Amino acid sequence: MFDVIVIGGGVIGGAVLRELTKYKCTACLVEKEHDVCMGQSKANSGIVHAGFDAAEGTNKARFNVLGNAMMSAYAEELGVAYKNIGSLVVAFSEGELGTLSALKERGERNGVGGLEIWNRARLKGAEPHISEGALGALYAPTAGIVCPYCLTIAAIGNAMDNGAALECDFDVVSVRKEGGGFIICAADGREVRGRVAVNCAGLGAGKISAMFGDDTLRIGGRRGEYLLLDRADGDFVSHTLFFTPTRKGKGVLITPTADGNLLLGPTAEEVKGGSTETTAEGIMSVIAKASEMCEGIPFRDVITSFAGVRAYSETHDFVLGESERAEGLFQCAGIESPGLTSAPAIAKYTAEKIAARLALEKNPHFDGRRTPDHFFKGLSREEQNALVRADPAYGKIVCRCEEVTEGEIVRAIRRNPPARDIDGVKRRTRAGMGRCQSGFCQPHVAELLARELGLPLDGVTKCGAGSEILKGVSK
Amino acid sequence: MKREYQVVIVGGGPAGLAAAVRAYDKGARDILILEREARLGGILNQCIHNGFGLTRFRESLTGPEYARRFEREVRARGIAAMTDTTVLSLTRDREVTAVNPEEGVFTVRAGAVVLAMGCRERSRGALNVPGTRPAGIYSAGTAQKYVNVKGYMPGKEVVILGSGDIGLIMARRMTLEGAKVRAVCEIMPHSSGLRRNIAQCLDDFGIPLYLNHTITKIEGEKRVTGVVVSEVDENRQPVPGTEMHFDCDTVLFSVGLIPENELTKSAGIPLSPGTRGAVVYENRETDAPGIFACGNVLQVHDLVDFVSEEAEIAGGAAADFALGKGVEHGDAVGCRNGQDVTYVLPQRIDRRPGNSVKVFFRVAREMRNCRAVAESGGKVLAERRRRIVVPGEMETLLIPEEKLAEADGEIVVRIAED
Amino acid sequence: MEIKTLTCIECPMGCTLEAGVEGGKAVYVKGNSCPRGRMYAENEVICPRRVVTSTVRAADGRMIPVKTSAPVKKSEMFEVMKKIAAVRPEGDVRLGQVLAEGIAEGADLVASDDSAARS
Repeated sequence: MFDVIVIGGGVIGGAVLRELTKYKCTACLVEKEHDVCMGQSKANSGIVHAGFDAAEGTNKARFNVLGNAMMSAYAEELGVAYKNIGSLVVAFSEGELGTLSALKERGERNGVGGLEIWNRARLKGAEPHISEGALGALYAPTAGIVCPYCLTIAAIGNAMDNGAALECDFDVVSVRKEGGGFIICAADGREVRGRVAVNCAGLGAGKISAMFGDDTLRIGGRRGEYLLLDRADGDFVSHTLFFTPTRKGKGVLITPTADGNLLLGPTAEEVKGGSTETTAEGIMSVIAKASEMCEGIPFRDVITSFAGVRAYSETHDFVLGESERAEGLFQCAGIESPGLTSAPAIAKYTAEKIAARLALEKNPHFDGRRTPDHFFKGLSREEQNALVRADPAYGKIVCRCEEVTEGEIVRAIRRNPPARDIDGVKRRTRAGMGRCQSGFCQPHVAELLARELGLPLDGVTKCGAGSEILKGVSK
Repeated sequence: MKREYQVVIVGGGPAGLAAAVRAYDKGARDILILEREARLGGILNQCIHNGFGLTRFRESLTGPEYARRFEREVRARGIAAMTDTTVLSLTRDREVTAVNPEEGVFTVRAGAVVLAMGCRERSRGALNVPGTRPAGIYSAGTAQKYVNVKGYMPGKEVVILGSGDIGLIMARRMTLEGAKVRAVCEIMPHSSGLRRNIAQCLDDFGIPLYLNHTITKIEGEKRVTGVVVSEVDENRQPVPGTEMHFDCDTVLFSVGLIPENELTKSAGIPLSPGTRGAVVYENRETDAPGIFACGNVLQVHDLVDFVSEEAEIAGGAAADFALGKGVEHGDAVGCRNGQDVTYVLPQRIDRRPGNSVKVFFRVAREMRNCRAVAESGGKVLAERRRRIVVPGEMETLLIPEEKLAEADGEIVVRIAED
Repeated sequence: MEIKTLTCIECPMGCTLEAGVEGGKAVYVKGNSCPRGRMYAENEVICPRRVVTSTVRAADGRMIPVKTSAPVKKSEMFEVMKKIAAVRPEGDVRLGQVLAEGIAEGADLVASDDSAARS
């Protein structure tokens, strides 16, 4: 029997799990996919929002501002790149300029510091590629960018280092109440028992909630398509550039990523189910919208397109706290943007509630620090050579585009949470994330996975059973 | 290990090997080849089909056979080669920093540098092909590595996008190994592969080639289950209503090669937008004195024979430079593409190069009964009749030495249709 | 007389050939740029032949590239592939080494690389 079962291994589930390990308790995270971070946490904009978007008094407004203030330390402790580059909401009409003033006032009421309205000259000076029609912008110095999947994986890995358990391929199909807790059952027959549970199931949160007896949660999905450009273009813009929001949302943005690429997107399309396919229309619309924002975007350097489905609750606010209908179930649901920003604050809030509920004591042995998965490139020459002497695998570059060594890949397969497939290695180490999109390195990565996991090469998968990369030997 | 070499060659594929041999034969002795893979030979090691070396050796060799010939020449000269060694950075003043498991990270100073890193394949992502992102999507070269080097099948039912040579070769290869290749789709009205590869890789096996077609959707959540193929109009946009569905478990992309010039860029060496390789003089020297480039990192070749030829120019010039016999280029003129020509190489030509200069170029469209013409200041420097020219096949034009001296300003290469 | 259009595969030029065929034989060949093209067309209308290149799996698991020492009948290529699949060389293999004699009429199976060069 665990004290707490966290359902869903995204950025929220990961943050909650890690926060729980700050207390003396046993915690287990269950994830339906083959690896953690397989849903919206791996395919979003990676923006740390300042906090002027949400209306005052909402959970979104509150946790955005709190999370923004926590993010720098949170990411640094977890060894994840966070860059406080600031954001610009750009206005293209007099009406939008008026909206900027309203946003500034709202931001100030929400407690966002340092907001400034920039005129065209100032905007053009900061962003030389901004298009002719841009009249001005709202500058938010506290906004930033972070790698969302690194943040998720690092939090879960650190929680595991602090004693938390992880069960992957655990697709929750039913929940039974027993004694003072729950028995949570997976499609393959596995069961975990917990005194309380946390619902961080993203798109599946409504279904999970209903299994616990609370069927009031209505979750919808909105697909967003993105284009990712080569690292050579990461300095095309120096801030995150937003259009002035409309009732339909924040729209397409242009931003450098924490890893130095240029990201364009997302679209926003209501979808049933979680299919993350991209569409010709979506890609065309990203190109068209981004071209309204900036001139001369080097579309020839696009290295991939992808999509994520963002879950939202029909109230369009975060659903947090213990369910009124299902005792012992703590909700972290409807976490749409600014969910990534809010994650550390939501986790702290949720863990405090659970600690109070279960009367948990602080864990004096908690160590929140984690080293990054992709790190060799950033070391000094002396550090690099010391590492190669200790383990020659650090002297072998496997992914040439992102300069990832064999040593880093093997380490990612062995450490928490273990990478068990090609995509898992990619999200942790960046091997295959670059301009050749794994064309050169995939066979080598597959061999390392096969060796470390004791599999034949054709047993290696892209992302779990059914996604085997090969179809048998040739002879 | 030694930290100074006369000539350092980045890449031990066909270009690097030929450059090394020629640099040695021109008098350089301290030569170092840096190769990131475990062995020399580059991509030839996985190109087990024949057809290499017809121009150079007058026989049809397989890729490994061609590679071993040059490797033997390198070994016979005692030229140093470090494998499993990746070059991390290059400076304009020819400091090369690399890493390998034995030495760690190290820097060597080079009298001259030859860039011979080759190219990479354009990926699905670069084309924005819509759909899902399951297992079973490979570039043709990756599939080739799995089949020929690792001995595994990437899939059993295949649709190939792009009719580049690697895609055509893999259509045959996978068919021979028991896979069913359902279609090869080419968005252009013509194949980008060699004509003989259409004949011997597709026609021989009854594999259909759909020109003016592209994949408009990839299906399958975990593994590819099918693709939608659509016809395209003259602007390469899919025509609604022309969709065909193919069941398949694998999609191969053979949609072009991109020179791998990240190192070149990091040294501040200017690239040509046409070739996506460095701008070079006829001796294959880049804008950075003493840094030369050759092979597919400079321009994507159709034939390895031409790679070797180009590498010999670069390797010889690199040895000259290292031995203090470099060229000043004070008297050079520009060379650019004109009518119906997409790029030319070299982009700068000395007017007194000491020999005739072969200009490489590609044409924009298929043309018959035409002439390739190099002109400067109204004067024709060279001319060549062509029965047929196609974009998929590299063209050459030899400008005689004495004509170059007559060049009056920029040289323009164009196609004249009669 | 039947007129056949062929693409020559002898070299990268890929000449388009026209062969006039009568009684199963080429009576004329047009479009070739060299004598090899003529020979290709003449053979092609009688009995098309191709060099087969493939790999064999060595006993130690490494894949060794191989080729037929001469062109084999196009109609027998899959037969030859079956035989190639059964070849399992032991120990080191040298480039040029015959791995199976008479894999097809007039052709041996030859290693086209040294096993030492394969991973």
